[in-house]
Amino acid sequence: MEKTKYKDLVNKHTPKEDVFYNAIIAFLIGGLMGIIAQGLIDFYSYYLSISTKEATVCMLVTLIFLSCLFTSLGFFDKLVNFAKCGLIVPITGFAHATMSAALEYRKEGMITGIGANMLKISGAVIIFGVVSAWTFSVIRAIVGAI
Amino acid sequence: MTFNYKNVYINETATVTGPYEGKGPLSKYFDYSYEDLYFGCKTWEQAESKLVSDAVDILLGKIGLTRFDVDLFMAGDLLNQITASNYAAVNMPSSFAGVYAACATSTLELALGASIVESGFAERVVCATSSHNNAAEKQFRYPVEYGGPKRKTTTFTSTGSAACLLSAKKSSIRIESATLGSVIDSGINDVYHMGAVMAPAAATTIYNHLKDNNRTIDYYDLILTGDLGIYGKEILKEYMQIEYGINLKNYNDTGVMLYDLKEQPVYAGASGPACAPLVTYSYIMDAMKKGKYKRVLLVATGALMSPSMANEKLSIPAIAHAVSLEAI
Repeated sequence: MEKTKYKDLVNKHTPKEDVFYNAIIAFLIGGLMGIIAQGLIDFYSYYLSISTKEATVCMLVTLIFLSCLFTSLGFFDKLVNFAKCGLIVPITGFAHATMSAALEYRKEGMITGIGANMLKISGAVIIFGVVSAWTFSVIRAIVGAI
Repeated sequence: MTFNYKNVYINETATVTGPYEGKGPLSKYFDYSYEDLYFGCKTWEQAESKLVSDAVDILLGKIGLTRFDVDLFMAGDLLNQITASNYAAVNMPSSFAGVYAACATSTLELALGASIVESGFAERVVCATSSHNNAAEKQFRYPVEYGGPKRKTTTFTSTGSAACLLSAKKSSIRIESATLGSVIDSGINDVYHMGAVMAPAAATTIYNHLKDNNRTIDYYDLILTGDLGIYGKEILKEYMQIEYGINLKNYNDTGVMLYDLKEQPVYAGASGPACAPLVTYSYIMDAMKKGKYKRVLLVATGALMSPSMANEKLSIPAIAHAVSLEAI
């Protein structure tokens, strides 16, 4: 059978992913994460009497800590599986990806295991985060100069 | 290439599984199912190796032999350098042959082991295969705790090990013939749709087996593929019809038999080198001994996938080896 013909046969028997449902879930959970984050910022800036900028850092640390804790306790993967991009795109996803890799490779040693593999998934986020930050800074500088 | 055997029997089998398989529909047919996924070991890789040792111990215990009575030990698994098998073989004083054909390892072992027994070079051959869900996830996909979302066509690597003893000593199940498959490139490079990758390999091997033996599909009471899953099974049926004009009637796939697909979150079904032998050495052989099936063609299917090549966007080659089992 020709490869293109076989691809058609495969497509015929491949189920469609529930894109719309997944998007709705991601939208709702992602929105909820936004509300929680804003609540944390308000909480910290009010009770610790710090600026919004400083409170934002506290909020990020809190979310990272909780994600790592929940990953270590072994149930965050189930939440991620359900919420999909609702939890993967925010900082929670980054922390979870890093923590899960650290847990997985702990037994292979501190340096050869954790050190070498911790950023296995999240490394790409750092690299392309820096690349896009640089790109947009250049665009902003150029646009600002005009 | 098809081999016909006169005097090779499967004397005994043993199956050890993890907790998910133990909660599946075939649980009562397994010799032992663990409650957790570590089995008292420190890592997934060590745990998988323990499964192999356990399966061999149970096998030899059932038939009243010791490790020193085995002439040749054949084993294979999915991990890099077939680690689980190699580390289990450390405890075996017999000769060892590591075998790799991804999820088709079990039938390749049966074909090679049967040939060695038939030739008289070895009296007793133990064939074992294993897979471990978490060890495979770690190696081929993501860290276990990451649990990223998966597509519906993804298969779930089974946790378990199955072993059997081959010899010329008569028993209720004999290996009648075996066909070694060729590597087929179907042009599919989707690592989350292994059923589609492997279906053409299974079809080619089934067709060649029937042609070499001058048989029709009706000769067999049951055709059993390895781990094509729900969607791969449908693809194979249609592929056989279009390509060879063969209507697969008495057909099933071990990937859809191992788990309760409605209750257990296993997506398109089970996979892994342990999948086909776990189902065959337990439920199927039990049914053969009870007279439900007389002739069964087991076609284990393997995607010869390398994560590097998949990242390089190359399509995934696949292979299938067929073994014809006969109840006596």
